[in-house]
Formats: sequence, C-alpha cells, structure tokens
Amino acid sequence: MLIVTSIDLHTESGKGKLLLILGDRHLLGVSSVDGALKWSIESKELSDNGEMNIKKIVQHDEKSIYGVGFLSLSGFVVWDIDAKTGHINSRDVITHHQELSMNDLIVTESSVISLDRDGKNIVWISLNQQVLQIASIERHIPDGKGRPHLMEEHAGNIFVLKFKNQISLVNLGSSNVPELIQSLQDHSIVSLGIALPGGDKHALSVIQQVSEDKINVHIFMEEGDKIKVSSELVGSDIQRGFVKKAYLNAYTRNDRSHGFRVLVVAEDSSLSLLQQGEMVWNREDGLASIIEASTAELPLEKEGVSVARVEHSLLEWLKGHWLKLKTALMVASVEEAAAVQALRLKSTDKTKMSRDHNGFRKLLVVLTKTGKLYTLHTGDGRIVWSSFISGFRRSGGKLTMLKLLPWQVPHKHAMHENPVFLVAAKVASEENKFGLLAWVDAYSGMEINSVRLTYFIEQIIPLPLTDGAEQRLHIIIDDHANAHLFPATDESLQIFLEHAQSTYFYMTDKEKGTITGFAVKGPQTASPLSPSDGVLFRSQQLWTIMFPSDTERIVTTATRRVDEVVHTQAKILTNQDVLYKYLNKNTLFVATIAPSGAEAFGETSPEENWLVVYIIDTITGRILYRLKHSGMCGPVHAVFSENWIVYHYFNVRAHRFEYSVIEMYDRNRIDNKNMLQFMLGKDNATATLSSYSHVDLDVKTQSYFFSHSIKALTVTSTARGITGKQILVGSVGDQILALDKRFFDPRRTAEPTQAEKEDGIIPLTDAIPILPQFYLSHAYRVEGLRGIITVPAGLESTSLVFAYGVDLFYTHTAPSRIYDSLTGEFNYALLLITIFALLIAIIISWILSERKELKEKWK
Amino acid sequence: MDKGKGGARRWAIEFSETASSRDVPDPPGFLRSSLDLDEAVSGRQKKDTDTSWKQQKAWEVAQAPFKNLLMMGFMMWMAGNTVHLFSIGITISALWQPISALQSVGKVFEPFQDARTDTLLPKICFICLNIAGLLLGLWKLNSLGLLPTHVSDWVSSLPPAPMAEFSGGGIPFK
Repeated sequence: MLIVTSIDLHTESGKGKLLLILGDRHLLGVSSVDGALKWSIESKELSDNGEMNIKKIVQHDEKSIYGVGFLSLSGFVVWDIDAKTGHINSRDVITHHQELSMNDLIVTESSVISLDRDGKNIVWISLNQQVLQIASIERHIPDGKGRPHLMEEHAGNIFVLKFKNQISLVNLGSSNVPELIQSLQDHSIVSLGIALPGGDKHALSVIQQVSEDKINVHIFMEEGDKIKVSSELVGSDIQRGFVKKAYLNAYTRNDRSHGFRVLVVAEDSSLSLLQQGEMVWNREDGLASIIEASTAELPLEKEGVSVARVEHSLLEWLKGHWLKLKTALMVASVEEAAAVQALRLKSTDKTKMSRDHNGFRKLLVVLTKTGKLYTLHTGDGRIVWSSFISGFRRSGGKLTMLKLLPWQVPHKHAMHENPVFLVAAKVASEENKFGLLAWVDAYSGMEINSVRLTYFIEQIIPLPLTDGAEQRLHIIIDDHANAHLFPATDESLQIFLEHAQSTYFYMTDKEKGTITGFAVKGPQTASPLSPSDGVLFRSQQLWTIMFPSDTERIVTTATRRVDEVVHTQAKILTNQDVLYKYLNKNTLFVATIAPSGAEAFGETSPEENWLVVYIIDTITGRILYRLKHSGMCGPVHAVFSENWIVYHYFNVRAHRFEYSVIEMYDRNRIDNKNMLQFMLGKDNATATLSSYSHVDLDVKTQSYFFSHSIKALTVTSTARGITGKQILVGSVGDQILALDKRFFDPRRTAEPTQAEKEDGIIPLTDAIPILPQFYLSHAYRVEGLRGIITVPAGLESTSLVFAYGVDLFYTHTAPSRIYDSLTGEFNYALLLITIFALLIAIIISWILSERKELKEKWK
Repeated sequence: MDKGKGGARRWAIEFSETASSRDVPDPPGFLRSSLDLDEAVSGRQKKDTDTSWKQQKAWEVAQAPFKNLLMMGFMMWMAGNTVHLFSIGITISALWQPISALQSVGKVFEPFQDARTDTLLPKICFICLNIAGLLLGLWKLNSLGLLPTHVSDWVSSLPPAPMAEFSGGGIPFK
C-alpha cells in the first residue's frame, strides 16, 4: 500500500510541500523542493506488533500531522507527529466496547469517523476532545436499506454513507449529532470535496443520473454550521451513458458569492463541463480509445433536386471559377483573393451527406473501448451520430468489445438498403462467459437487433458469400471449435451448404505455439433454426503445426485482406517475360522469435536471437516457405498483400531496424503457356485453383535497413488493384510515412540494366530512404498512434487513409499520382475561355480567307 | 496516281462532225467518201499507238508503289525502333497507303481500261507491290513492339484464378 499526501510546510528556505508516503513498513516525509528525505518512521516505532497501523494521515496544523488507525479491532489510535522532524509527540488510544468495521474510516476536518462491525452505528471521535461518540444509523437515516459503507469523499464535516439503494449525505457539525442532509436515489456519483477559497467553507457535489439523458447536479456547501444545498437539472441530447466521475471546481462571482462548475466524465469517456444548469463544452474523448474502424458508403444523391437549386449552384460555380481565373491572371482585388481562399477552405461539396462520384465522401464507423459506436464524416471529421448498443448494456457484467464488421453493404439489387454493421462483444466473469452480437444501421445508429449468445466467441470469420439481401454470411467459432452460421435463415443455410465442404478455419494459439486447422462438418441442428444462436456446425481437426516452445515463440501473424482486389495474376517484365504471382488467398504469414529475445532489450547476444518466418497454407497446413534470420529479434510488424509480405524487425547484430520482403511467384504456370492458347482463350490460367494441387514456388527476398522503430504497418488499397502500392508506416514519432512499394522490390540490383530501369527498378541501396515528401501526415503528429486503415476511393488512383490513436488523422494518398482526374485546383474557366477564343479566331480567319479568295477571283 | 488521269479533259468541242453540220449541204466539189476513207486509215494507226501508250502507262502506274516502298523503307529506318510520335506516324501512313491503294485498284486502272488493253498483269503487279508495302508496315509495327505476339500481351489483365477452398481464422479473442 502506498499513500501519498502532501501538506503545506513552512521551512527556513521558504514555502514548500511535504510529501507523506505511507508504505507497508515506513512513513516517510519527503521534501517537494529537492526530493530529500526529511524523516522516516518505522512501523515498529508506532505499534508493538510491528505492523503499520496508520490508515489515514491528515494535517493538524502547520507544525504537526495526525496519523489515524485502528487499535486491534475495537479502538482508534491517533498519533500526533511533528511534521518537521518526524518525532511522535503523542499517541492517544480511544477504545470502544464493540468491534469496528476495518474498511470504513474517514478523517474529516474535525473528527475521525467509522462504523461498527455490523454497520448499525456511526462511531466517531472528535480530534480535539478525543471522546468516543456513537449514533444509531437507523434513527438518523431511517430510509437507508442494507449495510451502509462510508464513502471516501467528504467535505468539511459532510460525509457520505452509501446504502444499497441510495446515498445519504450526513453533516456531523458542532452539535455532535449526525444530521441527515439529503438522501439520493438512482445512480449517483460523488465528487471529491473541495475547500473554497477564502475562509473555511467546503463544498461537495453529487451527480445524480435521473434518466439516460438527464442528470441532476446537487451542490452541498458548508458555511459554518449551515449547509446550503442547490440543484440544477442538466439535459443532454446525446447519449453518453452513466456518469463515471465528477470533479467540482469553484469560482467567485462578481457579488462575492460562490459559483460552481462540475467536470463530468461520462461512461463513453467524454468530458463535459456543467455550469449553471448548462453544458458549457464537451469533448468526445472516447474517440481516443478506438479499437476497430471501418467505412460505409453514404446514401445516394436524392433525386428530384429543384432546377432553381441547380441554377443557383451553377451560378455560384461560374462565379467561383471567374474569381479563380482572376486570381490566376493576377487581376483580382484583395477581397476577391480572400473570397477565393474562403471558397477553397469551405468547399461545401466535401461535407455533403451523399455519395460523390469519386468516392471520397464516406462514413467512418468506429468502435471504441467504452462500447460506444461513432460515425465520422470524412469531409470534415464531424460526428454524424454516436450511440451505445443498448442490448450490450443490458447484459450486465464486464463488457469487452471485440469486433466491428460490415454486415450488409448496399450493392447491386440491395442498392437502397442502409449499410449495416455487426458488432461483437463478450462478457467474461467468474460465473459466466458469453458472446454478444448487435446489428447497427450505419446511417441512423439505430440498433436493428441484438442477441446474447449461449457460447463464447473465439473468432468471427466473414465468408466470401452473401445472401439475397446482400447480407454477408459469417461463421462464429466458439470455444469448443464449433462453427455457428449467421444469419440463421434457410436461405443462408442453403447458400452455405453448397460451400460447406470447402470451408475451413484455423486457430493460432500464441501461448501454446500451435496453429490448428479445422474443416467444417455438417449442420447439427435440423430446422427450426434458432435465429439467436446461428446454425451449429461441428468441426474436424485436420492438422496442427507445433512450434518448439524452447526455440520459437509466435509473435506476429499476417494474412491478406479479405476484401483485397487484385487486378492481374501476371507480372510482365520489359523483356516480355511473364511472372505469375502466387495468389493463394489461404496463406498465412507467421513470424516466430527465440524465446530469449523476449527478455529485456539489449540483454541477449545476437547468437541467442533469431527470427523465423513461415508461409503456411491454411487449408492443408503445408509450410510453403520457411526463412530463418539469425541475430534478429522482435517486435515484428508484418503486412501481407497480393503475393508479397513486408515485415519489420530489429537486427541485433547491426543494431538497426530492418525490413524484409518476400515475393512469391508460381513456377507451375510459367512454361506451359503459348500465345495461341491465350489468343483462342484456351488457356486455363483462370481455372479454379486448389490448395491440394502441386505447388512450386519461386520466392524472391531482400532486406533493407530502416532508421525507425514503427508502431503500425499497412498497405494502400485501391478499387481495382491496378495502381501501385504504398507501404504505410506509423512511425515511432507518431507520423505516417508512405513508402513506395518499389523500394521493397526484391529485384533491385546495384546497377540495373536499361530494361530493368524501364521496369521501374530503383538501384539497390542498403537502406530504405526517408525523404520529407514521404510524410503523409505532413507536420502533424497522430498522438499515440495505434492503427492505420486504408479504404479504396471510387477513383482508382486514390486510397483513403485513416489513422487512429489518441488523435485521429484522415487523408488521401495516390501512390502512382492522380492520373484519372483533374485536381480541384484545375481552372475549368480558363480552359473554356481558351476554347471559346480559339473558336472565334477560327471563324474570323475563315471569313477573312473567304473574302480574300473572292477578291483574288475578281482580279 | 491521280496524275495519270490528269490529262482527262474537262470539256471538249467536237468540230469535226456534228449533227448540225450534216444538215448543211457539202460545198461543191467536196467528196465526203474519200475523206472518210482517209480518216479511217489514220484513225486505225492512231488507235494502235493509243493502245500501246495506254499499256505503257498502265505499267508505269503499276510500278509506282515500288518507289513509294523504297521511300517508306528509308523513312522507317530513319524513325528508329522506339515508340514516339514520329515513328508511329510513319508506321500508320505505311499501313494506310497500301490499304487505300488496294481499295482503289479499279479506279486507278480505269483510264486504261478498254477492250484492247490488257490491264490484268499491271494490276497484279500493283497489288503485289502494295501488299509488300503493307507487310513492311506490319514488320515495322512488330519491331516497335505494338503487335500482340507475346504471351505477355495476352495475360496483362488476366484476373487471378478463384480458389476452390476458403479458409479464415486467426488468434482467438481472449
């Protein structure tokens, strides 16, 4: 136990604070000025049995402090200690004929308060008189039910008793009789008491949750013997959940009376300042704890927009471009230039709540640790809606959020449906352990449905199948390796049964160092289906890979994104050669390190460290490739895309960070193709591939030094997968670096030939360079960066990037530059005017030439 | 090629024999029959020379693409084997000229066409030369790398093969 209290102390060298540190064996006085140990009292000096009996420390006056504790079970001990020297001035023992409750002890301004063992009576002593007094709780607080407890929070002589159904504020004034001030039902939070500036007044506030969106702020101020109580009702239109903590702060009004403001921390971790019955400001600090992020398309533009609006916008548009033209030609006045600047900043188009042609406007749906869902608009980062999932909150127990998955994406025939997200959570306590699912509409935040599962969720796997309403099929793996199919409808069951034979799953156990593969086995329950638990499928274990625990420990795994789009399976070199990418979706990258490498950094030698990477087929459990790096250690970050993996680790030998790249090509396909087959469409290059067929990999690898340790690693994604890729790195300085994939090309050589140069091969260097223009986050820092997600935009050239940590950051990146659209800065007006001028010039010159010709003829 | 027809008259006034002149009686002492005979003899001679001239002209026209071919070859050699505006322009015109010439074979030999002139051989020669020109153009196109003659030209947008099996999973939630 460690308690630190600080008291004011006047010393020769001026004002300073004395820090009192209460440990198991010692009470220490430490000067806050220089950190010097002023004095120390050992526990055996305080009591005979050598245990530390002091429970609470309070300042008595400028020179002395009181230490308060219990004497065995039925008495108080008060030590008077000299604050300067640590000398024990006196030790007073006050005994009681009954046992005291050891857990309830507070020391207020003038008394030491406790309860007796049964919680029937309040027992207190006045610090000045040191006489023990007793008062019956039942008599003074008749409406309290159950055994009360003393709350730590108190102010002046006001203390708080917490009953089962209520809290009661009690004043123990000079009258020496506990006096009930008020009892408050509902969920109530008590703030720490504060001393008001100027005079010995104290105040305490209680935040009482009246309903979901209304709280009552009670302020109890002690003025001498009188208690002033004031209440204010504050409403909020946003769901914030229960109040978790409250902090009271006082200020002096113009008329010298006291005003109060309360800082409230709500269940969603948001901060609100309440003053005079109003919310002065609010901060959505829950957004600092994002655990999962996803995106949804905005609704389509509504039809039937009136002509007047179009004309208006056309006029505005022309005006804007006219102004831009003027600035471009440098004839604009200062006001006009300012207007152009304002237009650029505003660009109202960005913040519309409808889908745009380029797919830049999207909704970012984020799930936070507190269990609240937020959607942010990518245009300006505003919160569109935020809500708790009520089905989860009703479940009780300690809730942990697991996953956020797109359940229904408006697409094809379900174009006008709203996108729906699936949120998974779990409740794990001693007695029960179960999973929770909820379906949430992405446009309104409305909870469509929520279920409490009878089993625990180990993993959720989205299947590459959708039903008629474009709802994605998911299987949930429980802790007995059973698979549960969702949605539990006949239609989805029919769809899944067609593919159940070829559906597999695997589980990676980091502690045991195993990876186990399973096959899904026929449905267990015949209809009727239980919509709340899914359709139950058993599984059969197929294979297990065990990593020897004394030499290898799994640190990182990586797979390809489920929604990754690959444009082509062929890579064509300048000399007309074709390399076929190995694009098996069911591959898993696993990195293991030596167990010794996990120990404190710098304590092991390069010989004791190694990093082994595996590429495993998750259908057959076949190890496709294995590579051992000696003298390397973690942490390992990896990203897997198309046919390549880039991973980052620490090189103990060179004492530098390193990247390695693995690229896999399928050698099976290289030889047996001739052009005629392709011309006639007789090739089998797009025939279905099986993991059970023969594999012949051509693996190319390369390593590069890198100067940073990193926090996150991901890759850009585009709509059709044609555009080149950038590796996005969350740097240790909380910035985002976009490194071109070409830097990681294993075909880089020191002196590339002309043909290789045409292929875009960069001459080999030992390190990946960091140029200032690689910083995607410019000069900003994304404080506490934890993750980066990338989403394809509608434009093939562009990928949307969202990074989250304590701060949030959103930007676009175009890995191969923007080749498919004109930038917003493009001057359409100038283009139109040029075309117009050219047309006029053509007409005039034509007329002139006609006239001249006629004249010639008349000569 | 139009030059061959260049001599074609736009208009002509026939002074020798017109219907109107027949209406007027011949002057005394003028014998029309002797004149006709005379004219017939010279006309036959003239027609003979005309035929051989036409034949000769037809051969000239038939051989004209050969010069063109040589010139094209020289231009192509000058243009080099890298893809840029000039080489592409040359190649396109090298392909287009023979094609358009082949399309208008009939028209080109029309002025020389009559019952007594044989234009078959010149036509064949003309066609052969133009086909040679076309081949030259194609060869150039290929050497520029614009003909899809490699496997790589056919697989560049080959979509990835679908997988027969599906697998998912990961580290269990703890």
